[in-house]
Amino acid sequence: MSNGAGATRRPRVKYSIFSLARNALSHHEGWPRAWRSPPPKPRYDAVIVGGGGHGLATAYYLAKEHGLVNIAVLEKGYLGGGNTGRNTTIVRSNYHLDPNAHFYELSLKLWEGLSQDLNFNVMYSARGVLNLVHSPADMDAAMRRGNAMRLNGIDAEFLASDEIARRIPNLDCSPDARFPVLGGLLQPRGGTVRHDAVAWGYARAADARGVDIIQQCEVTGIRIENGAIAGVDTTQGFIATSKLGLAVAGNSSRLASMAGITLPIESHALQALVTEPVKPALDTVVTSGAVHFYISQSDRGELVMGGDLDFCNSYAQRGNLPVIEHVVSACLALFPSFGRLKVMRTWGGLCDMTMDGSPIVGALPVKGLTMTGGWCYGGFKATPASGWLHAYTMARGEPHPLNAAFTLERFARGETIDEKGAGPTPWAH
Amino acid sequence: MLLIPCPWCGPRAQVEFTYGGDATVKRPAIDAPVDAWAAFVYQRDNPAGPHDELWFHGAGCRQWFRVRRDTRTHEILDSAPPAGNSP
Repeated sequence: MSNGAGATRRPRVKYSIFSLARNALSHHEGWPRAWRSPPPKPRYDAVIVGGGGHGLATAYYLAKEHGLVNIAVLEKGYLGGGNTGRNTTIVRSNYHLDPNAHFYELSLKLWEGLSQDLNFNVMYSARGVLNLVHSPADMDAAMRRGNAMRLNGIDAEFLASDEIARRIPNLDCSPDARFPVLGGLLQPRGGTVRHDAVAWGYARAADARGVDIIQQCEVTGIRIENGAIAGVDTTQGFIATSKLGLAVAGNSSRLASMAGITLPIESHALQALVTEPVKPALDTVVTSGAVHFYISQSDRGELVMGGDLDFCNSYAQRGNLPVIEHVVSACLALFPSFGRLKVMRTWGGLCDMTMDGSPIVGALPVKGLTMTGGWCYGGFKATPASGWLHAYTMARGEPHPLNAAFTLERFARGETIDEKGAGPTPWAH
Repeated sequence: MLLIPCPWCGPRAQVEFTYGGDATVKRPAIDAPVDAWAAFVYQRDNPAGPHDELWFHGAGCRQWFRVRRDTRTHEILDSAPPAGNSP
């Protein structure tokens, strides 16, 4: 392996049935490392802070779509150790407002072809995302959103209660259920993606295009000269660059403050939990907005579920028990038969909660500085589009039409994109 | 579970309270420039460390009060009634 003189491009071993068979003959001892771990060079054409899905995707698309090769991704911990490894793996594009709908639909289209594009199986599973309807008001909202989706060319189907009872036999669809199921809005192309594989697949594909991925390298300061980005101070020394992209959702405020910028964001902890693994019991992602609950079954058999934020500012990457109790009680109200399962693990991640519930993808008011963040609950499913559009914005110096609405300036101008209509109360989105 | 020290009722479980957000934001003067109003409505320091915040004791005395809490550890450092309204 190169000692990091940097852009030594290695021929990539293509993952296929043939390379699998070939390596089986040598007892799988001959596989090369999936990416290098070089020391940082003194200068890069572009530096991306954050080695999660969004940062690695930004680097990959900068190299693939825009021809940049001298790129570094800086990660303070290990790849995918933040929100990329802490979410509930759900992907969907079932939004009402146009900017969100088109943004997340680009993301879903990229998810559909991502395993082939990266030559890495990210296990996209179009198992469908079903939003349950429990009341006439829910019904009106679901119909309105479903019609908006279809007008935007996105798949949406309304399922009646008896059809849901047939498809999801574990769900309590009886007339005396605590939360009666009147129907549901299904996005058939929604589903799940193996979250760790997204970080690893983007890392391997970016590395193969010459991107330096530098772990254990925390940014401690941002240097600005004459109003433009000059570089970053890190725990591995100063790194010069004129293009700096932040992909650090959960910590966006901290990084932006290093450049003297205050964001319309609060950091909040969002928890999730899994049960012990069981045989296939649930083949659809089921969500309920009324009780704020979502559940799916992983390929390992664990039921993965989550609900509300912890509802107070946090950088702790863990939460408190009241929210876990709420999630479990919602689960048992909807799926009584899951009451026999044991909870195996709970964990928390940090969400950038913005003042309108929508992300910020674009330029910050320092020349050469951009960010992709402010994901609220929606960061994982946004990963490919976030990287694609952030790379476009970094390379071209202007936003693509699909992220032109997601500016920092929209708040001061009153052009917020408030899907839920909750107003500037970040933990309510 | 946070144990939140209500200045009026003493330490009580988190589930009795509702969060009210950053307690340091100040409403600008009515004739302040629009940037000051945008900052008041939208911008937050969002510190990783001690954070002054408002809580409402909805299942107790129904009073608003201030809490200083470390957002990295959830440790509660102090609580006090809003200025000029001692228990």
